[in-house]
Amino acid sequence: MDAVSIVAGIAAPLPQPNVDTDVIMPKRFLKTVTRAGLAQGVFADLRFDAAGAERPEFVLNRAPWRGAPILVVGDNFGCGSSREHAVWGLAQLGVKVLLGTTFAGIFFDNCRRNGLLAVCLPPEARDALLVRVADPARADLAVDLPAQEIRADGVAVGFEIEPARKRDLLTGADPIAATLAHAEAIRAFEAAADAAEPWRTPTVR
Amino acid sequence: MPRTLYRKLVDAHTVRRLDGGEVLLGVDLHIMNEYTSPQAFAGLAEAGRSVFRPGAHLAVVDHVNATRRNAAGDDDGRLLIETLEANCRAHGIAFYGLGDPRQGIEHVVVPEQGLARPGMVIACGDSHTTTYGAFGALGFGIGTSEVAHVLATQTLVYAPLKDFRIVVEGALPLGVAAKDVAIAAVAAVGAGGANGYAVEFAGSAVASLDLAGRMTLCNMAVELGARAALIAPDEAVFSWLRGRPQAPADLDAAIAAWRGLASDADAAFDRELALDAAAIAPLVTWGTSPDQAAAVTARVPDPAAEFDPARRAAAERALAYMGLAPGQALAEIAIDRAFIGSCTNSRIEDLRAAAKVLRGRRVAPGVTAVVVPGSNRVRAEAEAEGLDAVFRAAGFEWRPASGCSMCLAMNDDVARPDERLASSTNRNFEGRQGRGARTHLMSPAMVAAAAVAGHLADVRAFSGEV
Repeated sequence: MDAVSIVAGIAAPLPQPNVDTDVIMPKRFLKTVTRAGLAQGVFADLRFDAAGAERPEFVLNRAPWRGAPILVVGDNFGCGSSREHAVWGLAQLGVKVLLGTTFAGIFFDNCRRNGLLAVCLPPEARDALLVRVADPARADLAVDLPAQEIRADGVAVGFEIEPARKRDLLTGADPIAATLAHAEAIRAFEAAADAAEPWRTPTVR
Repeated sequence: MPRTLYRKLVDAHTVRRLDGGEVLLGVDLHIMNEYTSPQAFAGLAEAGRSVFRPGAHLAVVDHVNATRRNAAGDDDGRLLIETLEANCRAHGIAFYGLGDPRQGIEHVVVPEQGLARPGMVIACGDSHTTTYGAFGALGFGIGTSEVAHVLATQTLVYAPLKDFRIVVEGALPLGVAAKDVAIAAVAAVGAGGANGYAVEFAGSAVASLDLAGRMTLCNMAVELGARAALIAPDEAVFSWLRGRPQAPADLDAAIAAWRGLASDADAAFDRELALDAAAIAPLVTWGTSPDQAAAVTARVPDPAAEFDPARRAAAERALAYMGLAPGQALAEIAIDRAFIGSCTNSRIEDLRAAAKVLRGRRVAPGVTAVVVPGSNRVRAEAEAEGLDAVFRAAGFEWRPASGCSMCLAMNDDVARPDERLASSTNRNFEGRQGRGARTHLMSPAMVAAAAVAGHLADVRAFSGEV
């Protein structure tokens, strides 16, 4: 996983609440056994019409927001299906930061595991950013994870982030390797649980 | 210190406390499907890792397979199914593929096998894993990276959630189903209103639900953002488990241990909500988010009445997508398709409820009606009861194979643009059942009523039902 530190660039406004992962990555892109080639699928029904032509009105098809590494998003972004393809696709499209209020839990975890920084802001702060970046002249932002700060000319807004998630994003850690360092503790935990509650962990037939 | 049921389950599965308030959470059972697992196995192979506890996993084919016949559907689907089977074979993991009498929708199959039990932690690469809360098990959905983590370590790095209790007291009126309670909860809390929370459903109306109803309710908890849902296990759960093919051998000892599994009387919840069961009516969704719902007797709301600009814009966009106008009576909205299926509502109890409405009636001309039983076992049981004949006589297509099918339209069951569906599924998202397709969510009996009427309809007007 790539580490995240400071991301500077254009931010695109996507104010709609409850943008679900079916919209972020429609199902016709899901029948794959790899992670590759998903950039084309991101927001496919919003970016392209049924004939495959770009919809000129969609923000990511317009200057200066095309290719924006930062998205300012509505409440409950990423709700619905667990499909990590949504996050793989966003990352492949070049999105590195999502600035929102609340994110759906599974999507939020998927972002963490793929080096995508999802920032939870108070609604007023997010709303102010939505207004700001909708102006093409003011769409440039810098998101500084180490300093926990969003900067635009003359303005700086701090943000909170859970320490463990910040650490993972900054280091690009492999959590499986870290967990396997506890393999003996896991075995001991399982042995104790199997003895005390033999009905708890099944052996599936 | 008094603890909630959720906190007890987290504590009982904490292998290690980690930095930043996270824990290493032991997973008792991990379920996989064909479309969210291949990249996880590929990741293991790349890193040279093995499966930590192969017996604690189950793989079920359900998302991409056809249900018109027992087949993969297309080449891409076949590759996903064959990849899952090969991965399971290589690692010694149980696999229920097409043609296996145990195959079906994962969240239907696992409970009917007796593999969802009180006190467990169950993870799966599918958001509707909250279903297992019906048994007092902590079930939650995970992404593919976490699927790899569970395969390799039998644990997850887990940030404990806050506690939210939703109490539904009273008696549910006739014609009101568990699905209506679920939609009422989503509408009350809002889609995403419970992000960061585990929801415990409690109260007399919840206790009165059978296990199928409890599964429906917990299944849809994810639509309000809850990462997990729980209902304290009781006698209904214990008797449900008896005789299941893979129920624990020492079930009596297990039941004795499960009896104390509940939130302490004085446990504190971070949030509470009370719903009055008597005030819940048969509901339908009118928009493109599950919280955009109203009683079937109501009218399409006017977005202009919405104070919050983002919500107003979302409602306007939803009505444009749905092809509806403010003030239109919901019960006058004509449908093209009726679909009964999905991990939310495809169990035998759901089919019985729909069949009650359909007995002696016919699907309205012009409506295409389909029922996909949730599993091969459900279909066999339904056929033994003669329910297939009731559906067929009414003009429903009775599918010979089981899977998610038109709930998410990953197979060949895809609605066309502008087609309108009455659907017993869980999501009315834009494009969910086909690009441009318009979904109205409701209970299985309400889907049957709509199929017969040819438009959204109040099931309470159908004598002889419920």
